[in-house]
Amino acid sequence: MAITVNRKPLTFWEKLYLPAILGGLKVTTKHAWGTLFQGKKVTMEYPEQKWSVPAGYRGAPYLVKDQDGNTKCVSCQLCEFVCPPKAIRITPPGDSGLKADRANAEKMPLEFEINMLRCIYCGLCQEVCPEEAIFLQKDYSLVGLTRKELIYDKEKLLALGGVSPGIQKWKHKLEEAKEQESFPVKT
Amino acid sequence: MDWNFIIFSLVKIAIVVGVVQGLVAYSVLAERKISAWIQDRVGPNRTAPPFAKYIPVLGPLLTRWGMFQPLADGLKFLFKEDFTPGGVKKIYFWLAPAVSIIPAMLTIAVIPFGSMLGHQKMVIADLNVGILYTFGIVSMGVYGIVLAGYAANSKYPFFGGIRSSAQMISYEISMGMSVIPVLLIVGKLNLSQIIGWQSTHGWLVVYAPLAFIIFMVASFAETNRTPFDLPEAETELVGGYHTEYSSMKFALFFLAEYSNMVSSSAMMVTLFFGGWTLPFWGLNHPANSLGMGLAQILVFLLKLCFFMVVFIWVRWMFPRFRYDQLMDLGWRRFLPLALVNILITAIVLWLRS
Repeated sequence: MAITVNRKPLTFWEKLYLPAILGGLKVTTKHAWGTLFQGKKVTMEYPEQKWSVPAGYRGAPYLVKDQDGNTKCVSCQLCEFVCPPKAIRITPPGDSGLKADRANAEKMPLEFEINMLRCIYCGLCQEVCPEEAIFLQKDYSLVGLTRKELIYDKEKLLALGGVSPGIQKWKHKLEEAKEQESFPVKT
Repeated sequence: MDWNFIIFSLVKIAIVVGVVQGLVAYSVLAERKISAWIQDRVGPNRTAPPFAKYIPVLGPLLTRWGMFQPLADGLKFLFKEDFTPGGVKKIYFWLAPAVSIIPAMLTIAVIPFGSMLGHQKMVIADLNVGILYTFGIVSMGVYGIVLAGYAANSKYPFFGGIRSSAQMISYEISMGMSVIPVLLIVGKLNLSQIIGWQSTHGWLVVYAPLAFIIFMVASFAETNRTPFDLPEAETELVGGYHTEYSSMKFALFFLAEYSNMVSSSAMMVTLFFGGWTLPFWGLNHPANSLGMGLAQILVFLLKLCFFMVVFIWVRWMFPRFRYDQLMDLGWRRFLPLALVNILITAIVLWLRS
C-alpha cells in the first residue's frame, strides 16, 4: 500500500531561497567563529595530543619487573603456548643457562620476543601467566619502519613494561624458606 | 608596433599569470582551511619543507597556517603517474585539459586590476568590447569539460559532460542578460570605462542590485561551484568529468576551476563593486603616483579575495541542486527576472533622460 506523504507547498518567501540562505549563513558563521576564536574544534592533533586510555584497555603486552627490579618471568612458556597468533617466542635458559636474577626463582628467559605485528591484543598471555609477569598495557600506536623493528626483545619489553609489584609470590616463598632454616618454626 | 608596448605587455602578462596562479594555489588552501573551520576542524597545519623548522618564529607559524600546503599539492600533482586509461579517445583526452584552462586564463586579460603604474595602464588588453570578449571566452570553458566527458569513454564523465553543457547553456543566457542593465546605465562596453563611471557615480551594485544577484548566481553555475557543481558531483558521478584523469592533467582541470573563480570574482568586482576604486582616501581617481597605483591594485586584490571567500563559503551552506531544479531556476526564474530587470532599467533611464 502506497503511503502518500503530504508535502506542504512552499510559501513565496521560502521559494526565494532567502530563509535557507540566511540559515546557512548563520550556521556556518557560528561554526567558523567557534573554531577560530573560541577553540571549539572537535578534532585532536594526534601525535602531540593523545586520548586518555581507559582502565582495562588492552594495549600492547609488555613484561614487568617486580619492586626490586627483578625480571618476574620465569620462562614457563605458558604464554607462548596459549598465544593464538603465535606472536610470543621464548628462548629458555637451558641446562647451564642464565640464573634468575632473584633468589628462589628457578630460571628466567634467555630471550623473550613478542612480534607486535602478529599480536592481536587478546590478553590471553596476561590471563595465563602464573607469575603476573606480562601485562597488556596502554600503548596502542606501535610504529616502525621495518618488520624486524616491531619484534620487541626482552630488554625492550622490560624497559617499556615498568614495575608492577603484583602478588610478590617469590618474596613470600623466600621468607618462608628462611624461616624454616631456623628451628623451631615460628607459628 | 612599438617595442615599449610589447615589452610592457609581456611583463604585465607574466606578472598577472603569476599572481593568478598564486591566487589559485592559495585559494585551494583557503578552501581547505575555511571548510575546516566551518566543520569544526583545524585544516592543514603540518606540511613544511625540512628547512622550515630552522626559521625562528615564522617557520612554525607558516606551517601552522598551512602556507606550504599548496607547494606540496603542486609537487604531488607533478610527480604522480600520468595515467591514460585504455579505451579513451587519446587526442581529445589530451586536448581537454588545455581547452579547459586556456579560456580560464584568457578571461583575466581584459580585467583592469589597477589604474596606472607610472605611465602604464594596469590592464593587459584595454579592449573596447571587454564584456563581450569575456562572455565569448567564458562560454568556451564548457568545451573542455564536455570534451573531457566525451573523451574519457566512461559513463560518469559522460554524464558530467552532458550536465555541464546543459547547465552552461542555461546560465550563460541569464548571465549575459543580467549584465545588460549595467551596459544600459554606463553606455560603454569597455571595462576600464565602466570602472571610470563607477568612480564618479558610485558602485553599480547600488544601481542594479538585481543584476548583481543574477550575475553572482550565474557565475556560481558557470564555475561549477556548489550549489551548482553537478558536472563533478562527487556523490553521484564519482568525480564527474575528470574521473579518468590523473596527475597534471587532473591538476589542469582543478586550476581551471579556480582560475574561473578568480576571473568571475574579478568580473563581479569590476562590474558591480567599482574595480580598483574606493570612495575614500582619494583612491577614486586614476593614480598619479607609484604608491597610489600599488594601493589601488591592493584594493582590487582585496575585493577579489573577498569574493573568493564568498565562493568558498557558499560551498558549505547549500546542498547541491537537483538537475531539474537547476534548469528550472535558470530558465524559469532567472531568465524572466533578468528580462524584467532590463525593461525596468530601460524605462527608468528613459524617464530620467
